[in-house]
Amino acid sequence: MDRQGKTEYMLSPYRVLDLTDEKGFLCGKILGDLGADVIKVERPGGDPARKIGPFYEDVPDPEKSLYWFAYNNNKRGITLNVETADGRELFKRLVKTADIVVESFPPGHMDELGLGHSALSQITEGKVVMTSISPFGQNGPYRHYKASDIGIMAMSGSMYLLGDTDRPPVRTSIPVSYMWAGSYAALGTLMALFHRQMTGQGQHVDVSAQASAAWAADTGPFYWEADGTMTKREGNAIAGRSIHGAVMRAAYPCKDGYICWLIYGARSGAITNKEMVKWMDEKGMATDWLKAQDWDKFDPAHATQEDFDRIMEPVSNFLGTVSKKEFQEEAVKKRIMGYPVSTPKDIMEHPQLAAREVWQDVEHPELGTPITYPGPWVKLSQSSCGIRRRAPLIGEHNHDIYVGELGLSEDELKESKERGII
Amino acid sequence: MKDNGIFEDVKILEFGQIVAGPLISTYLADYGAEVVHIESHKRPDQYRLYPPFKDNKPGINRGLDFAIYSHNKYGITLDLRHPKGIEVAKRLVKNWANVVTENFTPGVMKRLALDYEELRKVKPDLIMLSSCNLGQTGPYAAHPGMGSHLTHLSGFTHLSGWPDRDPLILYGPYIDFIGVVYGTIALAAALDYHRRTGKGQYIDVAQFEGGIQFLASTLLDYTVNGRIQERKGNRSDYVAPHGAYPCRGEDRWCVIAVFTDKEWEELIRIMGEPDWSKDPKFATLLGRKQNEEELDRLIGEWTSTLSAEDVMAKLQSVGVEGAIVKNPQEMYNDPHLKQYLWAEMKHAEIGKYHVQVPSFKLSRTPVQLRRPGPLLGEHNEYVYMNLAGFSREEYEQLQQEGVFE
Repeated sequence: MDRQGKTEYMLSPYRVLDLTDEKGFLCGKILGDLGADVIKVERPGGDPARKIGPFYEDVPDPEKSLYWFAYNNNKRGITLNVETADGRELFKRLVKTADIVVESFPPGHMDELGLGHSALSQITEGKVVMTSISPFGQNGPYRHYKASDIGIMAMSGSMYLLGDTDRPPVRTSIPVSYMWAGSYAALGTLMALFHRQMTGQGQHVDVSAQASAAWAADTGPFYWEADGTMTKREGNAIAGRSIHGAVMRAAYPCKDGYICWLIYGARSGAITNKEMVKWMDEKGMATDWLKAQDWDKFDPAHATQEDFDRIMEPVSNFLGTVSKKEFQEEAVKKRIMGYPVSTPKDIMEHPQLAAREVWQDVEHPELGTPITYPGPWVKLSQSSCGIRRRAPLIGEHNHDIYVGELGLSEDELKESKERGII
Repeated sequence: MKDNGIFEDVKILEFGQIVAGPLISTYLADYGAEVVHIESHKRPDQYRLYPPFKDNKPGINRGLDFAIYSHNKYGITLDLRHPKGIEVAKRLVKNWANVVTENFTPGVMKRLALDYEELRKVKPDLIMLSSCNLGQTGPYAAHPGMGSHLTHLSGFTHLSGWPDRDPLILYGPYIDFIGVVYGTIALAAALDYHRRTGKGQYIDVAQFEGGIQFLASTLLDYTVNGRIQERKGNRSDYVAPHGAYPCRGEDRWCVIAVFTDKEWEELIRIMGEPDWSKDPKFATLLGRKQNEEELDRLIGEWTSTLSAEDVMAKLQSVGVEGAIVKNPQEMYNDPHLKQYLWAEMKHAEIGKYHVQVPSFKLSRTPVQLRRPGPLLGEHNEYVYMNLAGFSREEYEQLQQEGVFE
């Protein structure tokens, strides 16, 4: 039950078998957040991604990876070696109980194992939805290329747009391409599931991490199509909002970090600009030029670099005198658009997230302590979203699934373990 | 099987603008939903006013951003501040829509008497989705903001860039797109829930909350270990070399990432076994991490003599990660993005152009391309008469009264 007392989850009728590595963890996690019964299928000994840090209390241990915890909660866990014939037979028995299979092996690997979409369709009367997540998709010249987050970001086009002008392009310092891929995979999976529920027909969902991360390039490439302009990385700045190519700073240093304040027009921009000038004027820091502007008529799309500079210089001086907290509180009161640049600590302490009950303390009996997680990401009037269980330990639910559900005897389970199948 | 797409019985009435609301219905429209986008001549979708414009000539129907993200929809104008505007909007809900989406600043729909409580009086099993920066409830709900601002609040910019430099803004309204994918997921699940139970519901998407899901591991690192993770350029704690290296030509780069000692040996071989590479200080990951600056410089000297295409092909031929840092032009030419991202359409004022579609392929139900992004008010007559059910007399009367301004 969630804090509003709702017990229904939108996806509770559905079961997901999750064979993914770190590229695809988020897909099953999202489906689990909405109530699906997600079973993480790991190789015997545990998924290699359990070695990804950071770790609980910085102790490297496959049962203490915070990366694993973060993206595999709401899943039960079993071990199974699908590289063995007996393992594959067990997997097929499991597939008959499932609605969805998600995998992120190299393209073609599931087919080689005899577990591709057509094989799994045959044993489920065509009903199974199978989702395959890979760096570049199942088809095309790069399908077998090796790619981790940085390679995916590079090939997506979004990395070209991120970086200081005098240094190489950069990726965001954590693997966001796996998040883009996993979230789009969850969307494609749900679309296919909806179709299956309407028609009885499952299908194959082929997700490209590269194309998913290309959404992070946003509107950057469109300039090429519009008039052949090659959008470039601009550092801590935004270009392309003015037809004269004027560039504006995005984050300004403040007393204890950075504040994001941007030049906008239209109604919300006019309010922001007027209130900002008023606030600056109260501190004696507004220039005559700023005070003389008619902000209702100001349109950044037609502004020149000189216009932007006349705004940015005094704003920069002013923001240097305030703290993140002070800015946030005043901005809310004055309806000024802009926010502090948050560190993970700032996010954890943000009053809005606390008021929205985003944080969930999830029990970790094996560690003897709960851990605080970001839980629900949507509020629903009829149903719930959030974390119901922590990520599984290695093979934690082997007994429940193999003995309790598939009907293996205790001896068969023991033997399968000894033979390296489970 | 019906061939009109997965969501052919889904009819979405869409209020709002730019990315965060509209793109959600575009995704469903790509798979069969019928969508009507509402704006007005007095307040056109602000995305129509953003560059880039076709040939850099501004015009209400010449903006690429709007045209790319609003394909497959009907576009109508309706002045919600006209005395009859709300009644007309409700008529569309009553006679046609089963889903309403919006991304105004919280409170606006309520002031217009178009909030969920009002609209469900007209359509009891309505599904309604609101998307905004910080959520519909809570002390900061009504504080306005754009996606470009929120990318900072939600931690992405702090984690992007070099340790000795300012945080870097991510391109465009970055976090809007995260809100879009989470929002569309919630809406697709709500459609299935409605199919099973007959119940509609209200969906409150805060883009802030979707955004921090992407960063969950850094948040746990803080709650558990008290560590505030910082931006680190292109470095990775477990991989070296790991970065973007300069190649022949202007602003050309190739990413290289070497995860194992075996891959390192392959890289040495591909580089032609230069003397420096035999130095035992580079033989282990630990050694490469300790001498990373020098390592990056030496590898950069090698890559500078080659094209990015060459570096990628050489590395991939021996199973080492190499990847071109693709620029906008290359994004349009990429053989995979052509399959998984771009689709070509024709627009009355822009001409031939590419729209973006969700980054997956469904084997049985391909994306459907029916219409380019609508011109301002392009489908008024069709929507008001054929979908909302107004007679021609009623339609012309409303038009004369300025309801569609």
